[in-house]
Amino acid sequence: MELNLEPNIADPDGFYDELLAVHQGLSKEDSDALNARLILILANHVGDRDVLTAALKAAQR
Amino acid sequence: MALALDLGRKGTPVLVLDDHDGVGQGSRAICFAKRTLEIANRLGAGQRMIDKGVVWNVGKVFHGDDRVFQFNLQPEDGHRCPAFINLQQPYFEKFLVDEIRVAQDEGAPIEIRGRNAVTALDQRDDHVLLDVDTPDGPYQIEAEWLIACDGARSPVRDMMGLSFDGRVFEDNFLIADVKMTADFPTERWFWFEPPFKDAGQSALLHKQPDDIWRIDFQLGWDIDREKELREDNVRARVDAMLGEGAEYELEWTSIYTFQCRRMQEFRHDRVIFAGDSAHQVSPFGARGANSGVQDADNLAWKLDFVIRGLAPEALLDTYSEERVHGADENILNSTRATDFLTPKSEISKVFRNAVLELARDHPFARPLVNSGRLSVPCVYDGLSLNGPDMLDGPERTRVGAPAVDAKLGETYLLDRLPGEFTLLCIDAPAPDIDEVDGVPLTHLGLTARGNPFLKERYLGDARGAVYLFRPDQHVVARWPEASADDVASAMRIALGKGA
Repeated sequence: MELNLEPNIADPDGFYDELLAVHQGLSKEDSDALNARLILILANHVGDRDVLTAALKAAQR
Repeated sequence: MALALDLGRKGTPVLVLDDHDGVGQGSRAICFAKRTLEIANRLGAGQRMIDKGVVWNVGKVFHGDDRVFQFNLQPEDGHRCPAFINLQQPYFEKFLVDEIRVAQDEGAPIEIRGRNAVTALDQRDDHVLLDVDTPDGPYQIEAEWLIACDGARSPVRDMMGLSFDGRVFEDNFLIADVKMTADFPTERWFWFEPPFKDAGQSALLHKQPDDIWRIDFQLGWDIDREKELREDNVRARVDAMLGEGAEYELEWTSIYTFQCRRMQEFRHDRVIFAGDSAHQVSPFGARGANSGVQDADNLAWKLDFVIRGLAPEALLDTYSEERVHGADENILNSTRATDFLTPKSEISKVFRNAVLELARDHPFARPLVNSGRLSVPCVYDGLSLNGPDMLDGPERTRVGAPAVDAKLGETYLLDRLPGEFTLLCIDAPAPDIDEVDGVPLTHLGLTARGNPFLKERYLGDARGAVYLFRPDQHVVARWPEASADDVASAMRIALGKGA
């Protein structure tokens, strides 16, 4: 499987809103912790090691 | 000692020079893995270790006050040895020495000289000249081969001016062995950010024989060693961990730092390095002592054939090739465990704690928790002594892997692979060959009918199989069926004679 960098989220604005909402009112520390948990959960869902490596590279820019 | 026993049993004269006398007290490994016990079994010392050792399967991981999860290493059925035992290293060495005494009585040419320290060496064309210091004065001795098993600070390595490079970890661990009759279960308990006072970044509680418990505290880098080692300070920490009123005696305490490093090459002409002198890892994962025993297992048969003129000296270079591969695997695992235990940056700590938090509720995060990946035997994938892998068989018994044990009625498969080249034919015809260039080949014929262990571990979907094992029980080659020529050719590869 290849890393999908084309639009893939059905409701982009809604998702973005939800992403910001979970961080609402959190301290920097708590936000960082939440982000870390989120990355780990999503990474596990993807699972495919090659896709994860490609995603890490894409995020590095 | 394992190497001396193995070589001596094969009839090769061995002299052990020990710079002090009797079983060592310096090194304090406590955790011996299945592969090590299997090797010790081959050498005749395994059963006493298993009888004396504490067999454990359950590990619990805590983060602060909360239990994150527990794991069970309960081994699968059909193996003679347990996955792990805890046993104080002095016992381990003593059982090997006792077995050397037995072998000596049976005529094995092994001699142990205590308080004999090597002070200088000179490599000549066909021997090594050693200066040895003893309480009765110095002497010189010529050795055909010198195996330096002289520890992480190896004097021999220093005398030869050889480098020992790697990574130093900036952390101190307080280690205490305490004697108590407590009713903690026989489990490995590991805390990240322990809740008890002054316990540091992590802590470990693990049972040994004789009512001794191993306790470790990770203290960090900037500490006052002398102060932390004072008995009242050690006791304050141990009290906080065990609870007020716990009664115990302090058997031994120490503070250690650690490195992960290895030599570039483990063979330097007639001087060969084995164990901690060649490679050093952090203690997480029990990879120090266990890998040293695998070194001995790998070297003994090669040295034996070279000394008897049955294999070229080049075979000894494959000791370095294979055990460097093993050392790199151990260093990689132990470095990763250390990075998890001691996050090196703010963000790595954020991820570490996120893993621990998620692991409480979600199984997916548990494999990411790393409090030491426990020693598993090394597979020599893709290295030069490997023959052909022609069988579409199970991955765990592929070429390069050590034999996997299997129960055979009242006995076990590994008992039938006693340190010689062995051809195992499972429901396959045995080719007519019992030696190659003077090296004997033992035959073992078995059927997998009615033996699910053999079928699952050696055949998979295949109807039959022929496996060629080295004297150290690693797989040289495997086929659905093999001719005498196939076997001879694979054996020559495994003897370092090329394809």
